Amino acid sequence: MKEIALKAGDTVVVARGDLQALLDALAARDYTLIGPTVRDGAIAYCEIRTVEDLPAGWEDEQDGGTYRLHRRGDGRLFGFTVGPHSWKQFLYPPVLKLWEARRNGHGFTVHRDESPQPRRAFIGVRGCELAAIGVQDQVFLHGKYVDSTYQARREGVFIVAVNCGHVVSTCFCVSMKTGPKVGKGFDIALTEILDADGHRFVAEAGTARGAEVLAAVPHRPADASDRAAAEVVSANAEQAMKRSMDTEGIRDLLYNNAEHPRWEAVANRCMTCANCTMVCPTCFCHTVEDVTDLSGSHAERWRKWDSCFTMEFSYIHGGSVRPSASARYRQWMTHKLASWIDQFGTSGCVGCGRCITWCPVGIDITEEVRAIRETDRAAEEG
Amino acid sequence: MIPQPFRIRQFRQETHDTFTLELEPANGAAPAAFQPGQFNMVYVFGVGEVPISISSNPASPRLFMHTTREVGTVTKAMRRLKKGDIVGVRGPFGTPWPVEDSAGSDIVIVAGGIGLAPLRPALYALINNRDRYGRIVLLYGTRSPNDILYQKELKQWRAEFDLEVYVTVDRAIGSWRGNVGVVTQLIPKAPFDPLSSVAFVCGPEVMMRFTVQELQRRGVAEDKIYLSMERNMKCATGFCGHCQYGPTFVCKNGPVFRFDRIADIFGKREI
Amino acid sequence: MENMSEILAGEPFLQNMPRQHVETLAGCAQNVVFQPGQFIFREGQPANEFFLIRHGRVAVEIYAPARGAIVIETLGPGDVLGWSWMVAPYQWRFDARATELVRAVALDGQCLRGKCETNHELGYELLRRLSSVVAQRLQATRLQLLDLYGAAK
Repeated sequence: MKEIALKAGDTVVVARGDLQALLDALAARDYTLIGPTVRDGAIAYCEIRTVEDLPAGWEDEQDGGTYRLHRRGDGRLFGFTVGPHSWKQFLYPPVLKLWEARRNGHGFTVHRDESPQPRRAFIGVRGCELAAIGVQDQVFLHGKYVDSTYQARREGVFIVAVNCGHVVSTCFCVSMKTGPKVGKGFDIALTEILDADGHRFVAEAGTARGAEVLAAVPHRPADASDRAAAEVVSANAEQAMKRSMDTEGIRDLLYNNAEHPRWEAVANRCMTCANCTMVCPTCFCHTVEDVTDLSGSHAERWRKWDSCFTMEFSYIHGGSVRPSASARYRQWMTHKLASWIDQFGTSGCVGCGRCITWCPVGIDITEEVRAIRETDRAAEEG
Repeated sequence: MIPQPFRIRQFRQETHDTFTLELEPANGAAPAAFQPGQFNMVYVFGVGEVPISISSNPASPRLFMHTTREVGTVTKAMRRLKKGDIVGVRGPFGTPWPVEDSAGSDIVIVAGGIGLAPLRPALYALINNRDRYGRIVLLYGTRSPNDILYQKELKQWRAEFDLEVYVTVDRAIGSWRGNVGVVTQLIPKAPFDPLSSVAFVCGPEVMMRFTVQELQRRGVAEDKIYLSMERNMKCATGFCGHCQYGPTFVCKNGPVFRFDRIADIFGKREI
Repeated sequence: MENMSEILAGEPFLQNMPRQHVETLAGCAQNVVFQPGQFIFREGQPANEFFLIRHGRVAVEIYAPARGAIVIETLGPGDVLGWSWMVAPYQWRFDARATELVRAVALDGQCLRGKCETNHELGYELLRRLSSVVAQRLQATRLQLLDLYGAAK
């Protein structure tokens, strides 16, 4: 193999058989590889070492409250969409010790673990997920305060994105303008092609370091037909996407309908189980717990994912600010689709569809928006 | 952000269920300067952390005073602390009362119950530059005469700083000879010029709703009314989500809000 | 004596009241003074007047055995004291006591009731103003009932 210098923006073709070289190149650069695997009947993001760890030949089927994996009958490595996991678990861990403290005399000293984080390479980040990482970057890194725990994890991440060639019924990334083709923020973006010409990946370098890694992997320059084949993959995926959400004026739509009867209707189905917030790749709410050992000399502060669907979430002394399920559903959905825009300049929804799939009763955020839009009280009055 | 150690310089029981901690840095460092209306997160070792507004004079930044009511696990543990004990402090956080920007105006301060605590630094700041302001009126309502905070200071402000102080209680008991009735009833007759006044309001949300109505009825403009909102603040840096209030986080965009900026959601149920 | 019409016209309760009505009211009005501690009226007595307080503080209270006098509200300058004169059976429902030296204008309710019956315009003006006072007091009482400052249960 001859090492040809590549630069950001270059597109090459990597044969299926050479994909291991990509993983090896990243491992050689001290990255811990995280990628999709099959675990407990679902796609889960775990540490991987070889291409064999990837869910070759698996495909998912999703709908409201439904998730199944089955054999797809070919050897595609990325022939599925997203499972219950998202990448946020690595950047914003579900449970994290923030610091510990030890008593000394009347006082105490606080110690925070600031040992460096492993550099991680995320393999197989989808368009919606890349957008979700961007949304959380906005939350944790670009406001008045910076979350140093997120920053420490985020800084080193190398992103190998994948343009989706398969969609499930819960996908609506086209509406949210996050996919199926990945947007910006990747180091390398792969499009998996399996046709008469073989199994291969069209790989685009998104950054200089992405180009540097690609250059170390056996490849050939992509020609017009390779590019066209890759475009067809994305176009087909887009074509296959049936679910949609009309986001036109959605912020004001939800603000103006804060007292719409639909919230009561959805609350009659909602179990306030918080699944949607746990699987959502952008939800960032957490609680803080202070604990101490039996001797009372050692204390710790832990951060844990929390959900606006719990009663305790909005507790001020005396009671919860949002005791009703309808108010909590409204809070979640209005935050995600409306007040998020005010707070972070972007929607909090990336159209991944996880909240639909993993809702035990199949509540569908796109359907809820549609129902409110069709009976928009403000519009009727106006 | 990790808690910094502060020593309790003084513990004072204010009323039967409220107390004040006077805190100084335990490690010799100077505490950060604060603005009236801001709050700190105060940590009791191993028990937990709660947001408490700062009640001291902003001109004495060597000191944080925190007045709070004993209502939960952490404040109950806090009440058992003694002079010399160490607590953790993160802060100060949040938006201030517009003390500087209100120069030249009459100031109407409407406080309900423990709502006087976050207003006290504003009163100090106004008094520190008394000649910059017109009339300063404090309307203060509590449940009963036994719940009146800072009685000594109220007398002093009234006597020495040309502050008009009106106190009213919902329930008169014992030898109380003052006003009886809700605090909002003081507004129609209070001596201020509604067209050149800025109002600072802090108290229970229902009290603030009626206060805003009375102020508006007097002719105080929406953008001259400031409220301090209460929500569940845990991280104080806008990350944990607990204190979300419409498009804002109370810890970061508040607690002090200009009324016209929250008028759309103020009073809406379960927002 | 300061002209009663002038005094009445300056009272917030009668702000912008047509002049001829003020003159009518002045005919039923007199200045009164109550010493600290003195009762202005007592529960159960006939309610034949009402007061516009010009100076001092009045406690509206009710007496309960073993609890003593419970003050419901206090009124001060600019406030109206009493509306039972307008509503049958024209009996005071509470005690009113001066807690300081109180100067007020007393308006003869019996006389006014008669005038309102014959002069509905006057009657309407008075009722409109009085109902606004009653509404405000009711609202305040409701807020008091909420016990806003107590820790929620």
